[in-house]
Amino acid sequence: MSVDTPVRRRKLTPLRILLHGFLIVVSLAWLFPIAWAVLTSLRSYDYTAANGYVSFGGWTLDNYVTAWRTAEFGQHFLNSVYITVPAVLLTLFLASCVAFVIARFSWKLNLVLLGIFTAANLLPQQALLIPLFRLFTEVPLPEFMSDSELLYDSYWGLILINVAFQCGFCVFVLSNYMKALPRDLYEAAMVDGASIWRQYWQVTMPLCRPALAALATLEVTWIYNEFFWATVLMRTGDKFPVTSSLNNLRGEFFTDNNLVSAGSVLVAIPTLVIFFMLQRHFVRGLTLGASKG
Amino acid sequence: MSDLPLIQADRAVPPPASTTSTGGRRRRLRLLSRTDRVVITLMVLVPLLLVTGLVWLPAAATVLLSGTNWDGIGPLDEIEFVGARNYSDVVNIYPPFVPAVQHNLLWLAALFVVATPFGMFLAVLLDKELRGSRFYQTALYLPVVLSLALIGFVWQLLYSRDQGLINAVFGSSIDWYGDSSVNIWAVMVASGWRHVGYIMLLYLAGLKGVDPSLREAAAVDGASESRAFFRVVFPVMRPINIIVLVVTVIESLRAFDLVWVVNKGRNGLELISALVTQNVVGEASRIGFGSALATIMLVVSLVFITIYLATVMRENRE
Repeated sequence: MSVDTPVRRRKLTPLRILLHGFLIVVSLAWLFPIAWAVLTSLRSYDYTAANGYVSFGGWTLDNYVTAWRTAEFGQHFLNSVYITVPAVLLTLFLASCVAFVIARFSWKLNLVLLGIFTAANLLPQQALLIPLFRLFTEVPLPEFMSDSELLYDSYWGLILINVAFQCGFCVFVLSNYMKALPRDLYEAAMVDGASIWRQYWQVTMPLCRPALAALATLEVTWIYNEFFWATVLMRTGDKFPVTSSLNNLRGEFFTDNNLVSAGSVLVAIPTLVIFFMLQRHFVRGLTLGASKG
Repeated sequence: MSDLPLIQADRAVPPPASTTSTGGRRRRLRLLSRTDRVVITLMVLVPLLLVTGLVWLPAAATVLLSGTNWDGIGPLDEIEFVGARNYSDVVNIYPPFVPAVQHNLLWLAALFVVATPFGMFLAVLLDKELRGSRFYQTALYLPVVLSLALIGFVWQLLYSRDQGLINAVFGSSIDWYGDSSVNIWAVMVASGWRHVGYIMLLYLAGLKGVDPSLREAAAVDGASESRAFFRVVFPVMRPINIIVLVVTVIESLRAFDLVWVVNKGRNGLELISALVTQNVVGEASRIGFGSALATIMLVVSLVFITIYLATVMRENRE
């Protein structure tokens, strides 16, 4: 948001130097824990044990190899993919349907509907845990869908609960976005005899691409980062998504901080990659819910 | 469903600007075709059933169960209502409850008094379009993309007693995560680290939405920068302020992942959310009791959710 005055060459006054100095210090302090994790992960345990962590040397990639093997990261990443990809697609699809109806029609229950979805996203998960836990252990699934033969301890259960929980935020953002679309579009579409479904799928959705991209980026990181549901609704260690498997790793990694850091970096990599590649979308997604537009 | 025939094309639609000779037909009540009505019903009903079934009904069931003595195993018809006994038990004979409430409040206070103003302050500085602003911003909100569980691990590298950086640098031997007198502060620092970036981002978006002419007017009137901020800019950002307030309250109420990865919310890290979880998935499953704890969380959060919804809905109507 640049003010409409010509860009002035700003002189480096002492105040500005101070300001930059302050921001640099804060930024580096903020980056430090992550940088430290990366640094620690690249050093051998024996070297740091002998020379202390505040030393230089012992560079190796072995921690990554060991962490990957002992923690079965391959399997856990796959589990995360099995849960995250369908959950994000389903969330965006279902949320956009509701948002379309809310934005397209003025109907006396619109606000109620918006409230039901938005508030659901803000409830504390633990407040639903007890009945859900029981429900999940009661609902049977055929064996080809889940080897626990229950919704409990299955990917399906986690996908469903993530979708149910995340829908609210997406409905809220998408309905705001759709309300801002020009009304004439629908008038024209109706004159052409387009059905409601076509108005949704072929008129509205393509126009919502920026919002959908922002939400998809955000939801991928959120569902990938989801820890609570997987911890309580899964039992079999092999099926845990990678974020929740972290807790098992600590036992396996013992007190070897170099391995812990390699594991942490491995788990962080997908979100960091998404973040740096799609930073614009990510940031817009976070602020879409907070401000208009 | 019975409401569907009442659906109207939005009345706010202005009639086409240039009315042709055939124009002027304002179809206020558009009767949709049967297929269209079925499609609309499904578009709303399927997500609604999912959210109701997996979020709202469980929430209601939690409230109901909090009045019973159910142990989670016996058949449902043996449930007995015990009134408010679970609540009185929670308050009176459950030692971790009081520390948990204190920790939740402490968490809220730390996020609200330290992390939130700091995030806002950074947003104000970064809103000045400094050179290198992009680097500063990226560094500050990088922690927001990490999960809180992962943050627990990353900070362990600084906090661990024997291998942690803090003790190595200061020559101390404090077990930051294990010592029950300091660990709540240690995890709050880690949690605040993430919260600052998030708040900064929200305020940065809010500041960009403030009408620049307001600030110019304040500057013309000779108001100092800080005066202009507190008297002009801050009040205009009221909706953002309320959203930030609610987000902070809810985040501190929902805080869970971080303490759970550290020690499952025991030994100095009691939080209400962790107590609920311990009572359900732990060795002793005390359903009625856990539900009473969960209901307390639910009620507190619903108060703030209502404030939030009232704010954003008013915003949207404008």
